[in-house]
Amino acid sequence: MSSRKPFVRKRYWNEPEMGWYERAYFFEVWRGIRITGGVFLANMWKWMTGRKGALTSYYPEETRADYAAGNRGKHILTQRPDGRPQCVACNMCATVCPAHCIEIDGAFDPDDPAHPKYPSRFEIDYSRCVFCGMCVEACPEDAIRMLKETPDLPGFDRGRMWLGQDELLNWQPKQDVAKPYPVAPAGRPGGTP
Amino acid sequence: MSPDLAITLVYIAYALAVLLTFGAVLTWVERKQAAIMSDRIGANRAYLRIPFTQVKLIWLGLFHGMADGLKLLLKEDFKPVTYDQLAYVLGPWVVFVPVMLVFAVIPFGGVLDPGLLIPSLAGWFGGRTYPMQIATLDAGLLVVFAFGGISIIGAMLAGWSSSNKFSMLGALRAGSQLISYELVMGLTVLGLILIYGTVDLTSMVQHQSGTILGFLPAWGVFYQPLAAILFLTAGIAENKRIPFDLPEAESELISGYFTEYSAMKQGMFMLSEFIEIAIIAALFVTLFLGGYNLPWMTDAGFVLPGGVVFAMSHGWVVLIQLVTFLAKVVLLCSFQILVRWTLPRFRWDQLLRFAWKFMLPLSIANLVVTAIAVWALA
Repeated sequence: MSSRKPFVRKRYWNEPEMGWYERAYFFEVWRGIRITGGVFLANMWKWMTGRKGALTSYYPEETRADYAAGNRGKHILTQRPDGRPQCVACNMCATVCPAHCIEIDGAFDPDDPAHPKYPSRFEIDYSRCVFCGMCVEACPEDAIRMLKETPDLPGFDRGRMWLGQDELLNWQPKQDVAKPYPVAPAGRPGGTP
Repeated sequence: MSPDLAITLVYIAYALAVLLTFGAVLTWVERKQAAIMSDRIGANRAYLRIPFTQVKLIWLGLFHGMADGLKLLLKEDFKPVTYDQLAYVLGPWVVFVPVMLVFAVIPFGGVLDPGLLIPSLAGWFGGRTYPMQIATLDAGLLVVFAFGGISIIGAMLAGWSSSNKFSMLGALRAGSQLISYELVMGLTVLGLILIYGTVDLTSMVQHQSGTILGFLPAWGVFYQPLAAILFLTAGIAENKRIPFDLPEAESELISGYFTEYSAMKQGMFMLSEFIEIAIIAALFVTLFLGGYNLPWMTDAGFVLPGGVVFAMSHGWVVLIQLVTFLAKVVLLCSFQILVRWTLPRFRWDQLLRFAWKFMLPLSIANLVVTAIAVWALA
């Protein structure tokens, strides 16, 4: 005699109780098909009448309508009125960045005594950026901001996800810096009018 | 070349074109319909760029099927270490070819009179007419079931020769599932055979050209509604698609009996699955939805119930019949895809219980009732 107990299927406390109607299967299948088919026909009708019948969006091309107003997206570098970066290459953003993804090379400009330091290279590695916004908070010059949009961020290649000063300054140029800038020294263009 | 041969070659070319087009387009339809059913957009990235321009043709992602096919053709043709290379190579063909052959006996249109269509060749054709069907067989329905049975062997060969446990399990499941549902399918069709008194698909379709009580088209689905539902269910089960995709259940068996196949060999399994959607739709249309018949349409034109007659030339009649058949097949394919994206997969014991304890008794009951009714009315 074998001592093995016969197999008894475990009963769960929330096991569904099915009557003959559910067991007959076809009725419930028909109910499910009516639901999914209804969704299909409704969405199809929307597409065919020129509306969008989907909840998802074409990702990079289309911005979701429900982006938060304060969404932290792609960075910009603000410009001085003459178009040069507001940044003074103080490296505070690069220091505070938890992902260490900002790289700044500072350079010396003897012609601008008010802000003799400027970034000769300002790059952000978007393959590492965590979009925490700490760089924006750390900046004493209102030189770096994050807009809510995130255009052209996806890429096929890590090496191409570095955005440089040109892109950051110019993909949405902003000159409305909160910090007033002293009048340019004589003989130089630009400066606050 | 004799006129018979010419007409048959034209039919074969038409059937091949239709089936392969269905196989290619249904991959796209499946993805797109699934997307629309679940509030998504679906495949929309693959494009053809017109050479020397920047014009990209996207066409709602229609080229994704082409991209898939190209990828399958260019992939490495991996071969497992197996003791039975012949069966391994033969497997996909034994699945694929019978699926295509079934279409040979399905009438996809009424009677063609090529002499009327091409008057310059009327002398050569000598007034002969041809039913639009590749093989005009008296035993059409039996041939359908015979070929349907062969594809089981293909699945078993593929699973057995792959020397892979998952393939083996998949093949075993495929064998028992297909045999179970083949039985149900045969029994449901017996009711129709009783009513029409023939297994010739052409004359079965011709039986469905009239009307019941003067307004309802005399389609099989109105005579045998239960059999129609059971037949379609068994057909989807024959096709091994969700909710009956136990032989290739991805979450359990990787890919079931074609786990060890790659490149176009695997592509042939996929293609035959998609073509079989169209074949089952065509069979269902032929048996239950009146084939190429539209309500109140005859070979002369439309004869509406009020006695109004729209006469049509032979060319228009042939065209409308072809289009009607294809339109019905497309609708049925779409319905099968709807079912596939609605239901979850059966468990194995549920699958067999459903076949043997639910569908088989129902189809036998249907057969008995039909037999009594036919005997009482005759």
